[in-house]
Amino acid sequence: MKAEEKWIFEISPNKSKFKLNFSEIYQYRDLLFLFIRRDIVSIYKQTILGPLWYFISPLLASITQYIVFGKIAELPSDGAPYFLFVLSGNVLWSYFSTSLTGTSNTFSANQGIFGKVYFPRAIVPISITASNLFQFVIKLLLLITFITIMGLFSKITAWVILLPLLIIVMAMISMGVGMLVSALTTKYKDFNQLMSFAVGLFMYLTPVIYPTSIFLNKLPSEKHWMIYANPLTSVFDVFHKAFLGVGHVNIYALGYSCGFAIIVYVMGLYVFNRVERTFMDTI
Amino acid sequence: MSEKDVILKVENVSKLYRLGTVGTGTFGGDVQRFWKTKILGQDDPFMKIGQTNDRTSKEKIDFVWALQDINFEVKRGEVLGIIGKNGAGKSTLLKLLSRITSPTTGSIKSAGRMASLLEVGTGFHPELTGRENIFLNGAIMGMTKIEIQKKFDEIVDFSGCELYIDTPTKRYSSGMTVRLGFAVAAFLDPEILVVDEVLAVGDAEFQKKAIGKMKEVSQGGGRTVLFVSHNMEAVLNLCNRGMLIENGQVQQIGEASEIVHKYLNLNTSSVNKDAKWSIDVAPGDSRAKLLQIKIENNEIVEGDDIFLNIIIQSFISNQLLDFTFRLYNVKGDLILEDFIIIGDIQTLQVKIYELNLSITKLPLISGFYYIDCWLGLGNVELLGKKIMEAVSFNIMPNKKLNRLSSAGVLVPFIEKTIK
Repeated sequence: MKAEEKWIFEISPNKSKFKLNFSEIYQYRDLLFLFIRRDIVSIYKQTILGPLWYFISPLLASITQYIVFGKIAELPSDGAPYFLFVLSGNVLWSYFSTSLTGTSNTFSANQGIFGKVYFPRAIVPISITASNLFQFVIKLLLLITFITIMGLFSKITAWVILLPLLIIVMAMISMGVGMLVSALTTKYKDFNQLMSFAVGLFMYLTPVIYPTSIFLNKLPSEKHWMIYANPLTSVFDVFHKAFLGVGHVNIYALGYSCGFAIIVYVMGLYVFNRVERTFMDTI
Repeated sequence: MSEKDVILKVENVSKLYRLGTVGTGTFGGDVQRFWKTKILGQDDPFMKIGQTNDRTSKEKIDFVWALQDINFEVKRGEVLGIIGKNGAGKSTLLKLLSRITSPTTGSIKSAGRMASLLEVGTGFHPELTGRENIFLNGAIMGMTKIEIQKKFDEIVDFSGCELYIDTPTKRYSSGMTVRLGFAVAAFLDPEILVVDEVLAVGDAEFQKKAIGKMKEVSQGGGRTVLFVSHNMEAVLNLCNRGMLIENGQVQQIGEASEIVHKYLNLNTSSVNKDAKWSIDVAPGDSRAKLLQIKIENNEIVEGDDIFLNIIIQSFISNQLLDFTFRLYNVKGDLILEDFIIIGDIQTLQVKIYELNLSITKLPLISGFYYIDCWLGLGNVELLGKKIMEAVSFNIMPNKKLNRLSSAGVLVPFIEKTIK
């Protein structure tokens, strides 16, 4: 019977678990852009300072950290001005943390919408990562402005060309972990609680407010893997090297980060695809 | 009709839900299930204890089949009304159809783009303006930006929210949100439109407008509409086919009027055509008692005569004894009242009176009706209490009238001459 060919879609309990349906997401591209726009615009609606908040939050965080960690605790920064060091760390870290917390809330924050209408669920984590990327670019411009003001523009190195790779690695890790957590939260709400402080704690395991070198110097070289076990370590190293010209990049660790990103992303996608179709029954 | 015209095909669809809370206590069950099904490849050990979806059952069970073996087909241009009691599985079915959750077994195949309106105004972001939300909501339903742009003016016009279009939707009244949401969905051109009870929110004018629009979409546009409602009037008005769901199973599929008829008949458990009391407990007091009130018709169709049989015991004589009854429709509107004198100061005797009433050619529209009644003395005194909902009955649609609409209260028995 020829009739079999005409079906546009079929709903059945079994579906490929790894497939991110790109053609479907492409079909909903307008929705993706509107979501990105919504996320960006709704943040500064009905505020006086509007988009300026994108600058204010990393600046205030960096000033505080500069005073507490730079002046009082006197943490080193591999020779770069400590303020620039934490500012660059914050710019990069805020991209990771907002993407991660955003995607991990996918199901719980959108259950109202998800419960009423169908669209590819993956649009939500994608749009979150994308709108955060937009914020990241704005904050990056802020960083470059400060580097220029402080007369250190010449310190920017050729490592900058790896920036897209860094972004992809961070996007994949935050999306992968975020999707895993979001899937688990639909059943076990504990993960919601866990995420809020886990992200905060994880910042201290990542070279945001201190350079990797303080651990490298303290640990014997056979234990250096412990530092690089955190896939974000080398990402931050490359970023510091690229914009501030300080620190040391371990190429193998960077390779590990890329591999880690791919694995966690695939895992996240698998779990997300499994959950997205029935989460309404359990949430 | 050929196979080609089938736009939606549902085969053996079932949906299993667990009862009680889904919480930490189930982690063991989850692990066990994962181990058995995914690692050992066995059948799901929890599937077997599913029970039929019967709300009234008191048995303690963990899993329930919200839907069980649902099979049906919908053809292009058809308007299928899905009716059933609360908890019969209608909304679950729509959820499966609109891909909000997936079935436990079976498959649903669709040959057209589907848009569902399970609740209007979903995806409205409160901070964004009406204009921005139209685009967002349209995109959520799968429209492209250009399509929305083309329809934008029509949507705004239909919703009647032009004045507020640049105001954030958080400032909208709930009625306005519904209007705007429905407008977006109605003008989005899906091949299959799934609508669930959304009309209940709007005012009468808007409901009419919305039903008109859906009719237009299905008749003019040749689109398919799946419509869930408890409003039999709307179902009869809009649908050409009907599907009755009961306890998660399809009871019957057929012509809309036939299904509505069947559904109203289902309610016979709450219909009581014959109320009888023994002399000790009968309503009234020591002076007179109502022993029985009975509707003698087997089935009542619009325009039928209705026969009432009433038995009253009088213990007194030579006083004014009356029997009063009131007929109400399902909404509680008083349709008619009658005051019947059983006997007066000259005629009343101590005896059992039998009263036969026939209400001829009652032109009431199909639906549920009930009667309150009581006995009175001397025009002023009530004997005992009023008997609320003493008897009740359903009036079935009159197929011979062959009318399209069933709005209003009265059946349009109208002699028509056109010159």
